[in-house]
Amino acid sequence: MNADLIVSIAVSAIAYGTPLVLAGLGELLAERSGVLNLGVEGMMLMGAVTAFFVSQTLGGPGLAVLVAAIIAAALAGAALALIHAFLSITVRVNQIVSGLALTIFAGTIGLSSYAGQVWGVGGQHGVHQLVKLDVLGLSDVPVVGPILLNQDAFVYFSWVLVALVTFYLFRTRFGLYLRAVGESPRSADAMGINVTRYRYVHTIIGGAFAGLGGAYFTLAIAPIWTDGLTAGDGWIAIALVIFAFWRPDLLVVGAYLFGALSSLGFTLQTHGVQLPSEFFSSLPYIMTVVVLAAASTTLARRRIGTPAALGVPYVREES
Amino acid sequence: MIAIERNLVTPRWQRVALPIVSLVMASIIAGIVLAVSGHDPIGTYQQIYAASFTADGALTATFIYATPLLFTGLGVAIAFRMHVWNIGGEGQLYMGAVGASGVGLLCGGWPLPILIVMMALGGALAGLAWALIPGLLRAYLRTNEILVSLMLNYVAGLFMYYLIYDSTSFWRDLTSSSALVFPQGKNLLPSSDWPGILLGSFTLPFGFVLGAVLAVLLLALFRFTRFGFEMRVMGDSPAAANYAGMRTRRTIVAVMALSGALAGLAGASQIGDFGHVLDPRGLEQAGYGYTGIVVAALAMYNPLAVVIVSILIGALTNAGFALQGPTFPIGLVGTMEGIILFSVLGGEFLGRYRIRFGRAPARAPGLDDEPGAEVAP
Repeated sequence: MNADLIVSIAVSAIAYGTPLVLAGLGELLAERSGVLNLGVEGMMLMGAVTAFFVSQTLGGPGLAVLVAAIIAAALAGAALALIHAFLSITVRVNQIVSGLALTIFAGTIGLSSYAGQVWGVGGQHGVHQLVKLDVLGLSDVPVVGPILLNQDAFVYFSWVLVALVTFYLFRTRFGLYLRAVGESPRSADAMGINVTRYRYVHTIIGGAFAGLGGAYFTLAIAPIWTDGLTAGDGWIAIALVIFAFWRPDLLVVGAYLFGALSSLGFTLQTHGVQLPSEFFSSLPYIMTVVVLAAASTTLARRRIGTPAALGVPYVREES
Repeated sequence: MIAIERNLVTPRWQRVALPIVSLVMASIIAGIVLAVSGHDPIGTYQQIYAASFTADGALTATFIYATPLLFTGLGVAIAFRMHVWNIGGEGQLYMGAVGASGVGLLCGGWPLPILIVMMALGGALAGLAWALIPGLLRAYLRTNEILVSLMLNYVAGLFMYYLIYDSTSFWRDLTSSSALVFPQGKNLLPSSDWPGILLGSFTLPFGFVLGAVLAVLLLALFRFTRFGFEMRVMGDSPAAANYAGMRTRRTIVAVMALSGALAGLAGASQIGDFGHVLDPRGLEQAGYGYTGIVVAALAMYNPLAVVIVSILIGALTNAGFALQGPTFPIGLVGTMEGIILFSVLGGEFLGRYRIRFGRAPARAPGLDDEPGAEVAP
């Protein structure tokens, strides 16, 4: 393998991994509070179509339009997460079914497709796209330059978010409270922590992150909108949270590995490797199954990280 | 005094009323979505109704969609009922279609009754095998079956594409002139078509009859056998099942297998009843596996109710494809299905509680004092 190939794999790993980082980070926050949200795929698709619509219709300087598009995508994701939060926290329905309902509601033949149709963004070519930055003018430095110093602002933003979430979870009082809510809501409640509020806030922030992840598809990866363009990334993001044992740092590693896998076929084909394209396309899905199985046999026996109250609604004792 | 109490048992009338109320609620909310996005709700509903039931050939078309949904709905109902979350119906359906079309091509020209049995078996076994992957992983390694079964949907879809578009497989038509222009699957012999039942201008697909019979058998299995009893206990309380010495692993694998076989039959019926050819694109666009979740949830996981609900959701899906276009974008189908699901979920909550006016009845202390834990999610 030559350096060129490594660089091109690393670059596309970051490009395809960034939505996974964002959506995974959001799901991680929700699950840390004890709420399992299987609606990530739907929230990402809604984020993608919303960001694309806003970026296509809003006038003004490119940067302002992109910022508005990204905020709109986050709001779209958050709004959908609110439905799930209400059903699973307040109404206490089965979180699995509610999350599936969210993905059906917003998914490939759901609201995201409908919105794309009503807004008429289907066949359009994106006007505003995130551009690669030339950080410190060093993007020409071999290997490190193209990988680390020549990404778009959104990638750097995702790194900042990862650092912030890690700090928040493990170094702040609120992070400690959040983990308490996910592990033992009853004890957290006894300590005076508002379990319901923590769960709502983190589920909604999780949705906003998923929306951001979706926005990256239409604003950076490809300047188009098609129904279901995330192709299962929302589900892989949920799986990543499990592989990462609910830790943001491991999540980033996993997301980029899967990003590399997603683009491997394309990269290898341009380098002359001949195998059916379906084989490469199915690699991320097969790897998810393999890694999930591996994670459940060895490390997870010790139940590292799994929030004990994940998926369990909390009812305060009142008699 | 007004008190909100938990209902220990859902009254029978509520089990019927809830889905109906949910549907009405969903129609109202979806109507608002339609109105907000500049459509005429009443007109759209009239169009849906006509396209699903009253127009020429509409009812036959509705059953074309209802038949696969009946099978996938049964598969989901039986798995979800015992909290085994098989959302791989989509992929199991694909594999079922691959299996059934393979058998159908191999055994072309055989006597029809034998051929039908062979194709159904081929589809059911292929779906079953595909479902065993998440089933065994869940039972023996405690791997999350939701994600595994879902990932395998994509793998199965790509496998179908590979068979037809990217290889010279047994399933692909390599000889006819149209196949040279655009890759397509081999057609089964016309003598392999499953016989529909003609009732005037309406054709009842053979698969639907088979599915309805299976629904009755499944209900009997649930109600009257030890296996069904174990499944019910495990669904309601895995801990109790464990204490009672029930073989949880074996039952999980069995339920997964059954669920996969039903989805596989949906694939077989797609080949035998309707398509007569392995068509990856058509199967993928239809998304019957995912819609099966909606059917099962609206039927409250009751096999007999699945039969009726599959016709309702089949009607909606049929309308979605028939009216496809600016007045009724396909995205509305999923949107409405999602709203229906939300309404059903919210309705279940209302059914779990009741409002009591007057003096609170005296209760034995300690009996009812453990909230949360027993609230089955």
